[in-house]
Amino acid sequence: MMSLFGRNAPCARTLFTSATHKGIRAQGALLQVVFAAMLALAGVVHAQAIEPMPFANHAQELRFQQLTRQLRCPMCQNETLADSNAPIARDLRNQIFQLMQQGKSDEQIKQYLVARYSDYVLYDPPLQPSTWLLWFGPLLILLGGAAVVVIAIRKRNRSGDATTEAQTGNGDDW
Amino acid sequence: MSRLMPLFGFLMLVALFAFGIWWNTQHDQNAIPSPLLNKAAPAFNLPKLYEPDTTVSKADLLGKPYLLNVFASWCIECGVEHPVLEAEGPTLGVLLVGYNYKDTPADAKRWLGEHGNPYKLLIADESGHTAIDFGVYGAPESFLIDAKGVIRYKHIGPLTPEVVANELKPAIASMLKEAP
Repeated sequence: MMSLFGRNAPCARTLFTSATHKGIRAQGALLQVVFAAMLALAGVVHAQAIEPMPFANHAQELRFQQLTRQLRCPMCQNETLADSNAPIARDLRNQIFQLMQQGKSDEQIKQYLVARYSDYVLYDPPLQPSTWLLWFGPLLILLGGAAVVVIAIRKRNRSGDATTEAQTGNGDDW
Repeated sequence: MSRLMPLFGFLMLVALFAFGIWWNTQHDQNAIPSPLLNKAAPAFNLPKLYEPDTTVSKADLLGKPYLLNVFASWCIECGVEHPVLEAEGPTLGVLLVGYNYKDTPADAKRWLGEHGNPYKLLIADESGHTAIDFGVYGAPESFLIDAKGVIRYKHIGPLTPEVVANELKPAIASMLKEAP
């Protein structure tokens, strides 16, 4: 018997994955109600995610907002720390605020979080052997596509000169 | 042959997506691999739940392996996990330490009164501040910590009988074999 709610209630992501994970049984109707409620509450939740903090100045506040937007909430993995309303996101925002007061740089704060929550918290994944495919995969696919196009054009040009008219004439050209 | 190319492309996409669906049923999308695995557990000093004036530190627990189980009264899946801890706790061969996470002591005690208390030792982290050092981001989570204070295994989410039998107990066995 698994609960509909994941490990932490206020997190859309957990709701969704736990329902799919444990098999959607008679939960369809319940899910619809929950999603309707979430839609209705979306505005409220967003407003709650930003609580006032005693920033030293406006520049620091901007830096805080920029930094928390670059970091992923470990609980609700489709939300940034800035947006998420999960308890852990609130705690981490407070922790980031404290570290800023201690004079830590953005890089040091990111390292602090990576040491505890791994690279998952970074929206910008570091370039390392395990992420090579992620970084260069699209380029490989692009090159593969380019190769296919070049081969196709060459083939057409070679056989094409004499028979172009015939090919276009019989509607073979898609 | 070239007329079949789009079909091949389509079939390759089907294979890719089918693999993706299969992969997602085999892996918990929300589980983050802990960077603390096989590293020294962070230092902590937290009050006991039932004796708030006494604190327990990491140094106090060195010398004996223990399973640190993060739970809270507000955590719904902890209720799912609890009967497993009650049944399997005494058979694990390590100390079962309860880590009450972001909870009020009154709620935690009431919850333990209702569900039973399988823990040999209970510590309370009301603010959740120490839990950040452990990389905790929800409850339940469980850490297997050896006699030297090194994290040997971590499970995110409720411990089920399958997880206990297939992952936790083998991890405990290999740990005890190494350092009896």
